[in-house]
Amino acid sequence: MTGWLARLGAGWIRAVRHLGRALLLLLRILEGIDELIRRPRLLVEQLFSVGVLTVLIIAVSGLFVGMVLSLQGYHILSQFKADSALGVMVAASLLRELGPVVTALLFSGRAGSALTAEIGLMKATEQLSGLEMMAVDPVRRVLTPRFMAGFLAMPLLAALFSALGVIGGWFVGVGLLGVDDGTWWVQMQARIDWHQDLLNGIIKSLVFGWVCTWIAVFQGYNCLPTSAGVSGATTRTVVHSSLAVLGLDFVLTALMIK
Amino acid sequence: MPIESDSLVKIRDLCFSRGERVIFDGVDIDIPRGKVTAIMGPSGTGKTTLLKLIGGQLAPDRGTIEVDGLNVHALNRRELYQLRMRMGMLFQSGALLTDLNVFENVAYPLREHTSLSESMLRKLVLLKLEAVGLRGARDLMPAELSGGMARRVALARAMALDPMMVMYDEPFTGQDPISMGVLVKLIRQLNDAARITSILVSHDVEETCAIADLVYVISGGRVIEFGPPRQLQQSGSEWTRQFMHGLPDGPVPFHYPAPALEQDLFGAAA
Amino acid sequence: MKTNKTVEILVGLFVAAALLALFFLAMKVSNLGALDTSETYRVTARFDNIGSLKEKAPVKMAGVEVGRVSHIGFDQARYQAVVELAIYKKFDQIPDDTFAKILTAGLLGEQYVGLEPGGSDTYLKEGGEIDVTQSAMVLEEVIGQFIFEKAGERKK
Repeated sequence: MTGWLARLGAGWIRAVRHLGRALLLLLRILEGIDELIRRPRLLVEQLFSVGVLTVLIIAVSGLFVGMVLSLQGYHILSQFKADSALGVMVAASLLRELGPVVTALLFSGRAGSALTAEIGLMKATEQLSGLEMMAVDPVRRVLTPRFMAGFLAMPLLAALFSALGVIGGWFVGVGLLGVDDGTWWVQMQARIDWHQDLLNGIIKSLVFGWVCTWIAVFQGYNCLPTSAGVSGATTRTVVHSSLAVLGLDFVLTALMIK
Repeated sequence: MPIESDSLVKIRDLCFSRGERVIFDGVDIDIPRGKVTAIMGPSGTGKTTLLKLIGGQLAPDRGTIEVDGLNVHALNRRELYQLRMRMGMLFQSGALLTDLNVFENVAYPLREHTSLSESMLRKLVLLKLEAVGLRGARDLMPAELSGGMARRVALARAMALDPMMVMYDEPFTGQDPISMGVLVKLIRQLNDAARITSILVSHDVEETCAIADLVYVISGGRVIEFGPPRQLQQSGSEWTRQFMHGLPDGPVPFHYPAPALEQDLFGAAA
Repeated sequence: MKTNKTVEILVGLFVAAALLALFFLAMKVSNLGALDTSETYRVTARFDNIGSLKEKAPVKMAGVEVGRVSHIGFDQARYQAVVELAIYKKFDQIPDDTFAKILTAGLLGEQYVGLEPGGSDTYLKEGGEIDVTQSAMVLEEVIGQFIFEKAGERKK
């Protein structure tokens, strides 16, 4: 009984300590932003590996999610003779939920895990120590650009996802299922509010970008410098990011809905 | 107590533990200027940890480390980085940045800390690479280098800012005899030509004794013995003799502590 | 390894494509594009009851969108809803005795303002007012009325 309680307590203490360490790391990362302003090249390089390399999977997923939404929605809505609302349904689900959430999940699988692995390997091969001994702060030089690139790339990727989703949905709904083209766009514009739907979606993906990249760089920087340590940290990045995204999505949605 | 009039690094009463494990328990070491000082000991005695403590990457639990008159762990981050610019460190794996080629790796500290013109920088980097014999390998990526070559590139990089001291972490481990010989020669040569202080951490007795001016032997968190290599080889201490000559049994037992063999084999049946 | 120039071009393309997508979402998908007030003129209409009409609801004439509801206010003196309509400038020949009523798109759809043209020769202008209006149909009232009439029939 006491052993069980003690283990629970120790687990909690470990978790709180982890959180504290992650927060301190975040502060040090943010401290390094001034260097990023002086040397924007560092950010561009990371935007390439975090953003550009993730575009393909985001674009393809967005297109297909939009197409599936349209196909599913049409069969339900047409039963109520409400297929004119198909465009609204597709756009609203993409902008409010699927765009930010699915992008964040794909991001943590593609870019987040790569970030953790890269930083973890740099630690395991003493590259981070090497930088430190060359009087170069690895947090500023390695973590800050990666963190900011992830934070900025997420809303851009989510916008691409949603836009391609709407186009994919339009292709199926209007092109294949015969919903009227004018109705599709007019209904959409009438019902989708730029503030309630679009802006809130962007805010969500900014929060997700912040959290996913934070988890990724922390896990990489904090991992055990062995191959088992790096692979464990990579797995943790994906699991923790996904849980954080889904949990935060609920909280944010509850805050945003009036 | 070792007292040298002109020592670059002074370690006094150093204590450091990692979790439950005590790694150093009151260590005093003096590293004389312009000499090659070796710190030797069996694996797991925290030799690499000692270098990290000197470089300020780790903080001791007790005791002080002075480098060139500065207490490393009383410095703020800026001052520490200033000091590190005057230190070079050669990591066991080389620690080259994997996404930069050989030339850029050596140029990295120069780009970070100086504002040299590109042509000046090129000359400097090529000179440093020439000194380690790898001027021709400037366009290779770290993944294309052998272990010994990677260490030589890392050595060129450590020397890039003309440091006052260079720390070598196990430079001979896992090297074939030829590249081992090259490294031994290079370390001695660079030490004498550039008048730097070298700290060498190793458990390769033969190579280390060939170049070191002074050897410290540490084990169990303490300095066991120190002195010139020849003196240690004829040491009266049984432990030192076992280590220096690589004897399989002695004060360090061959067997990991265990109950008697008979009891282990037949105890369960009895 | 990619050269510096290629990296820069690809990152530039990425950012440009994402901003284009954002622009598309704002202008084509959401109502941000439809809020352009410079191309409209305002007229007001008073209703006794607007039901669940909301701002930005479409204003339609013969089923074609000619404007949007730009503001909904309340007149405390007359206890009426004051609805401001932003009509697109290209529809500048709407008679000033036009009849406005609040309709519902489909059985459960959103409410919009429907305009039915009168016969006047003068047209609505900026700041004009629509005098003849019909309130929204409130389902409870209609049902209540129906039950009341049935009850009356039975008494006879």
